[in-house]
Amino acid sequence: MIGIVGYGVHIPRYRIKAEEIARIWGDEGGADGLGIIEKSVPGMDEDAATLAVEASRNAIRRCGVDPKRINAIFVGSESHPYAVKPTATIVAEAVGSTPHLTAVDMQFACKAGTTAIQCCMGMCSSGMIEYGLGVGTDTSQGRPGDALEYSAGAGAAAFVIGRDKIIAEIEGTCSYTTDTPDFWRRPGMDFPSHGGRFTGEPAYFKHTISASKELMEKLGLKPGDFDYAVFHQPNGKFPLQVAKMLKIDPSKIKQGLLTPLIGNTYSAASLIGLASVLDVAKPGNRILLTSFGSGAGSDSFSIVVTDRILELRGKNRSVFQYIGEKEYLDYGLYVKQRRKLKSL
Amino acid sequence: MSPANLGLPLTWRRIPERYGLIGSECENCKTNYFPVRKMCPKCRRKGKMREVKFSGKGKVYSYTVIYSPPTGFELDAPYAMGIIELAEGPKLTAQIVDSDPKDVKIGTPVEMIFRKIQEDGYEGLIHYGFKFKVVR
Repeated sequence: MIGIVGYGVHIPRYRIKAEEIARIWGDEGGADGLGIIEKSVPGMDEDAATLAVEASRNAIRRCGVDPKRINAIFVGSESHPYAVKPTATIVAEAVGSTPHLTAVDMQFACKAGTTAIQCCMGMCSSGMIEYGLGVGTDTSQGRPGDALEYSAGAGAAAFVIGRDKIIAEIEGTCSYTTDTPDFWRRPGMDFPSHGGRFTGEPAYFKHTISASKELMEKLGLKPGDFDYAVFHQPNGKFPLQVAKMLKIDPSKIKQGLLTPLIGNTYSAASLIGLASVLDVAKPGNRILLTSFGSGAGSDSFSIVVTDRILELRGKNRSVFQYIGEKEYLDYGLYVKQRRKLKSL
Repeated sequence: MSPANLGLPLTWRRIPERYGLIGSECENCKTNYFPVRKMCPKCRRKGKMREVKFSGKGKVYSYTVIYSPPTGFELDAPYAMGIIELAEGPKLTAQIVDSDPKDVKIGTPVEMIFRKIQEDGYEGLIHYGFKFKVVR
């Protein structure tokens, strides 16, 4: 049996309201279609590496695994602080897993975190490693005035994967990948470019739905077999539409749909959603998790919660405790904090 | 090696203390030290030092608020600098961030967090390490 041994998240303390961004750009009601109330903003001294370290320390503290027994660390992000020099080495050193491990950074827009978990699963299953740590972390940027500015948030989620003492079994996973140019960022560019509406139907929906359906077929499961579902959440609306298309009751995605409150945390988005579900799920509950990364691809997982989850509950701050601890920024402070002016 | 990179070995040597709060304990007199010490100043030659990892829990021993920051910290100001007394005894100096300024008082419980301390410009190394936040 392979699965999640421990999990942890980190969400920065700062928020900016969508209406504050709309005020600057004279875009009254512009954010209404996105279903975003506010988004998380990293502190001046936070980046994808520091978020990853905080989430990873929470995950390891929760399950009590000796960090020296974590033999692989994969960090998925599209905002790694260095173009060359791995975030994964910083995480490995900070959690105390060095030096006897393998580590690497991954990038696949918003889905590198779930792919990191798949890699850990493969290495654990084959016996190459005892425990693996898969992390999704991002401090993504949206061009000022662009629709992405309302959604690009910051956060991280980390999962310890292993074969024993698991709190949730991963009973199956599959992926769906094509070359779809819906969103990209060229080297040296501060902000990404995207295909507007093209990011929806041929990209997000096609991949998310295809991977989810393929997983259910593979495992012989029906939408009704899942107690919770978590989808990648570039805004507050898309996951609700996916649920409708897959005939999953919207009430099942509520616990894991956090973009309205913290924005799209990119590589961490579906994983923080999963963590939020694990904060409340009961033993025996089955969770559907499907990520999406532009470019494009989706990883889908079926996860069944075990009795052990009750032993670990309350050992860390919950996702909603992180969401509740907040300090609002106005647009001026947001510009300074995100260094949106070249002179900063 | 450019002048900006002359501090690389020093930064690298300090990674254990800055990332993991690794200090020393004298096994003879049970005194804890931070950062690592090779010799116990109390026990001298009788001392036996070993490395220990501190919990990251502590309290504010004293603090000040920096309004006129040194180079590299301009965007952080105003910010609180504290002398933190760790639960295990040693004191260290660190920034107190992510906290309401009115909550930063002598005796306030704090915990270690992992943050970016400084960047060597846009091209140089990013220095990471401990800061502290008020425990709510």
